[in-house]
Amino acid sequence: MPSYTLRINGKAHEVEAEADDTLLSVLRDDLDLTGARYGCGEGQCGSCTVLVDNRAMRSCVARVSAVAKAQIVTIEGLATNGTLHPVQQAFLEVEAFQCGYCTSGMVMATVALLRTNPSPTDADIARALDRNVCRCGTHARIVKAVRLAAERLRAATPSAGADGRLPPSPLGFGVPSGEPALPRAAQEAQR
Amino acid sequence: MNAHHDDTIEVERYELSSPSTYLFEMERRTFLAIFGVLGSGLLVAATQARAQESGRGGERSAPTDVMAWIHVNEDGRVTGYTGKTEIGQNIRTSLAQAIADELHVPLDRVSLVMADTDLVPFDQGTFGSLSTPRMAPVLARAAATAREMLIDRAAERLGAPRASLRCDAGQIAGGGRSVTFGDLVKGRQLTGVVPADAPLMPRSAWKVRGTAAPKVDGRSFVTGEHRYTPDLTRPGMLHGRVLRPQGYTGTLATFDDSAARAMDGVTVVRDGNFAGVVAPSARVARRAAAAVKAEWTVPDGLPSSTTVYDHLQGRDRSPSGPSSTTAAGRGSTPTQTGDPAKARAAAARTFTATYRIPYIAHVPLEPRAAVAEWEGEKLTVWTGTQRPFGVRSELATAFRMPEERVRVIVPDTGSAYGGKHTGEHAVEAARLAKAAGRPVKVVWSRPEEFSFGYLRPAGVIEIAAAVDAEGRLTAWEFDNWNSGGSGIATPYDVPNVRTQFHPADSPLRQGSYRGLAATANHHAREMQMDAIARALGVDAVEYRLRHLTNDRLRAVLQAAAKAAGWPKPSVEGRGLGIACGTEKGSYIATAAEVSRTDNVLKVERLVVAYECGAIVNPDGLRHQVEGAVVQGLGGALFEAITFANGAITNGNMAKYRVPRFKDVAPMEVVLLDRQDLPSVGAGETPIVCVAPAIGSAARALGAVADALPVRFV
Repeated sequence: MPSYTLRINGKAHEVEAEADDTLLSVLRDDLDLTGARYGCGEGQCGSCTVLVDNRAMRSCVARVSAVAKAQIVTIEGLATNGTLHPVQQAFLEVEAFQCGYCTSGMVMATVALLRTNPSPTDADIARALDRNVCRCGTHARIVKAVRLAAERLRAATPSAGADGRLPPSPLGFGVPSGEPALPRAAQEAQR
Repeated sequence: MNAHHDDTIEVERYELSSPSTYLFEMERRTFLAIFGVLGSGLLVAATQARAQESGRGGERSAPTDVMAWIHVNEDGRVTGYTGKTEIGQNIRTSLAQAIADELHVPLDRVSLVMADTDLVPFDQGTFGSLSTPRMAPVLARAAATAREMLIDRAAERLGAPRASLRCDAGQIAGGGRSVTFGDLVKGRQLTGVVPADAPLMPRSAWKVRGTAAPKVDGRSFVTGEHRYTPDLTRPGMLHGRVLRPQGYTGTLATFDDSAARAMDGVTVVRDGNFAGVVAPSARVARRAAAAVKAEWTVPDGLPSSTTVYDHLQGRDRSPSGPSSTTAAGRGSTPTQTGDPAKARAAAARTFTATYRIPYIAHVPLEPRAAVAEWEGEKLTVWTGTQRPFGVRSELATAFRMPEERVRVIVPDTGSAYGGKHTGEHAVEAARLAKAAGRPVKVVWSRPEEFSFGYLRPAGVIEIAAAVDAEGRLTAWEFDNWNSGGSGIATPYDVPNVRTQFHPADSPLRQGSYRGLAATANHHAREMQMDAIARALGVDAVEYRLRHLTNDRLRAVLQAAAKAAGWPKPSVEGRGLGIACGTEKGSYIATAAEVSRTDNVLKVERLVVAYECGAIVNPDGLRHQVEGAVVQGLGGALFEAITFANGAITNGNMAKYRVPRFKDVAPMEVVLLDRQDLPSVGAGETPIVCVAPAIGSAARALGAVADALPVRFV
């Protein structure tokens, strides 16, 4: 079986997997990173969303071979030294969840959204999160949480450029300049 | 289909009122065992809320109907034990609020052990919106009893008169001295039983209840740390996968597992119609299952999603035979007042219609999953279910063992909406674990969820109504085939009424759903009321009010109409519709504003007025109301299971659309807080008027089908 070195949450992980095994299965089954959830297995519900080179990606349809060179961030990698990421903090304060199963994916999709669009309108938020399903119907609060997180991130990073792009990630995983080269599976998953 | 299975859960499915059947002997043993484990402290057993209603000076004998218990330990921490499950409705928080309030301890000092059948008393299950009306008062009463016992002990300890003591923040003070709960119970094994006349704080004294407490363990959801059943691992655990027919049904005909058996570490299990594989990883299990060559025979002549309505009414069978013979007799007795047939014959106008309700799926984001572990003769299963004791019973039956040797533990679950009452996945995991001799985890795929879970029943509803020359309703006949009896009675004042539920032979596996049949019955009734008002040229709110004497229902209808700006939509060219109803003791009215582009219907705005007695946690209540309404949007606008030739044809999330961000219209929720009335459950009722509000709004813009989902014809 081929082996891959995956860079996840700033750490390198050696995993043995078939080329077409999904990133989600490797995260959950091999690395016990279960914060990315299985919801549908076809990129429709967004519960498995992670960041791949700073872009939101459905890990259930991303082949492990396609993300082997990428920087991957999962929900487990967002908080730093026990301090929640502003998006996590906003979701917690607004209580933008009921059963919580979609929350990891919602938070990751929001982090990706705010990276490229620090001041999203409600319509921007609905568009960006439209493929993340919340079956409990917490949509209004999720939008509220995203707005709150955006506000705080803007306040915390006044140096956000005129292009709206945030400075390098406070997570310390490094942000490639310009548009990251996305693996094909990731691009497909984006659509 | 699934005849045997259907019989066993029929009562709960339609009525949710089957009596408890547990054995007290077991409860007492469990009770003592817990105490043994906890070692010391104060343990109070709580009985049913109705004990209080039996009057003062009620029996003080041993509890025969223990529903929950509360333990105060040496550190002054309080733990409530209940069989209820946390499925996103946030009762882990609201039940803790009830305990904290009555015991006068900070909320963070209270925790709950929920739905572990070895540690909690029997519970029917978490459904029917009963946790708040039934379990909260039970735990509150136990907490109040514990408080009084602690004050008794404090009076002794402090040598102060009882009346001079003050209980606050987990300690009791008086005469310049104080003692903590922990000190009072240290080194002791104190037990108490809630007396029938246990005093409860009046609503006006609530400090913790009635406030928007943050969700207990909320942080573990935003960090991804919470472990749902699919996230659990056990030492040495293997992964299982069940082999399924191509469609939703079939009999295993041929089976060749040679390729799968040749795979490293793979075990294949075949037991009658059950077949599955066990492997060291979930990925290998998937490959092994795919390597098994199995063929299933599917019976001919099964109904499809277009022929199912005739099938449910028995119209696709020979005219000589009685319809729905197997199911007839249960619930098929009509409820009748007056003589509707005669009234109809004498009426000025009659209005008849037939409404069709499709099967819909729950689609809880956490699929069915279970981890099963055998230790000798003892079986432990972790699984997300609304009925831990029901699943325990299913497991005991499946493996012919006493229930005491089965333990079911329910991690806080990724939602259910009525869809997780059964334990087939638990049985599957246990069967595979037994064969493998190791713990086994089974996680259903989304397509398995659609085809092998169960659905909200499809139904046909026929209404025949009649009005006199003044337009007043004189007759109301309402027949429901298959979708169920919940919410079937009309709240409107009509002198001649006949209501009948006709159970039928469902081709698809069906069961409970948020709001049960009340959604179907409200849709048909409210759409019919709207149709009659339109035909008579009377305002739809005014027409309803003319037939309503129930003040609570009138209040929500008027509140929704007012907030919606009835009768004019907020934007010209849109349609505004309204519907109201009552179910499970609470009252709802929903107004919807819709727009039309070609034949596409869009919900632009929703207004909900809701009253469910005294509000316990306003923030949590709002959450439940909003969630129920959003879920209702799916069934109102696009959800419907399609099937043919023994297979569901839209059984995945790419084909089966559930509400998404763009579907969710701005929503205004008006909560009527009736502090003078007991709290009733709120997780379901707000769903029931969403579809008829939208349907009647759509009628302002064109004719709509007498069916769900709502669509223009």
